[in-house]
Amino acid sequence: MTLAEIRDILDAEVLVGSDELGKEVKTAFSADLMSDVLAFAKPGSLLLTGLTNPQVVRTSDILDIAAIILVRGKVPPAETVRLAQELKIPILRTRYILFETSGRLHEKGIVGCIEKVGGDRVDVGNKI
Amino acid sequence: MSEIRYENFFPIEGGTFVNAGDVSSRIKSILKNLGIGSEVVRRAAIIAYESEINIVSYALRGNIRLSVTPDAVCIEAKDEGPGIPDIELAMQEGFSTATPMVREMGFGAGMGLSNIKKFSDSLEITSEVGQGTHVKTRINMAEAG
Ligand SMILES: Nc1ncnc2c1ncn2[C@@H]1O[C@H](COP(=O)(O)OP(=O)(O)OP(=O)(O)O)[C@@H](O)[C@H]1O
Ligand SMILES: [Mg+2]
Repeated sequence: MTLAEIRDILDAEVLVGSDELGKEVKTAFSADLMSDVLAFAKPGSLLLTGLTNPQVVRTSDILDIAAIILVRGKVPPAETVRLAQELKIPILRTRYILFETSGRLHEKGIVGCIEKVGGDRVDVGNKI
Repeated sequence: MSEIRYENFFPIEGGTFVNAGDVSSRIKSILKNLGIGSEVVRRAAIIAYESEINIVSYALRGNIRLSVTPDAVCIEAKDEGPGIPDIELAMQEGFSTATPMVREMGFGAGMGLSNIKKFSDSLEITSEVGQGTHVKTRINMAEAG
């Protein structure tokens, strides 16, 4: 699924990366705790989060996250947007809550980057 | 003893998140540019980042040494700070003394050190209370790809 389709499903606003909406993603990870993102997220996945500080972008850069989806209508501080522009990581902002955001994407075919802890999903062919 | 292909020290300031992660992003792109395999680069970047966040979160100042040989990538984080009184306890998932400032940034789940262990092939932690902490890791180069 492309970021453009994800934008439409989530009725989202593109804050960073309007030129990267053709990017394909298949998997996602949802968390408000960067410690968990570091432990479990896989490269090429979407990160769904309600956290808006610049560490969200740093963490995404380290992990090759494809794009950040800010949920619950959160408005990120200017430093976060600046860092995302510099590191070329798209940020989309949706007013849906985390549960709805995850559910709507899952319904359309996006799956978790792992299914459960200790059980890796078979490779779905994410590109970094 | 295998020859060193690359070596560098990166200073890190403690107590502030203003540049937190900057060094790890640089380490990641250096390794990429050296043509290291993407899985090794990813593991090294995660280890560097967890180490950098720990220095920022707990220490006064520190540095990360990155060295690359034909066989391995080594990441060594050394800091001046309070040290870790009980390393075995600190290694346990869920143990954390993170302050509210650290938690606000999304850290402090007590997963960092076990994550470093998970992504490295060898890990050695030494620490002296009131002096500082030294976290030494090694990632073996993947055979192919
Ligand atoms: N460089 C350090 N200096 C002093 N204490 C440290 C250092 N690194 C870790 N610690 C201690 O060990 C604990 C566990 O560290 P660890 O990185 O595993 O988790 P955390 O930093 O608390 O949370 P997380 O890494 O999941 O965000 C810390 O809370 C802290 O008490
Ligand atoms: Mg930590």
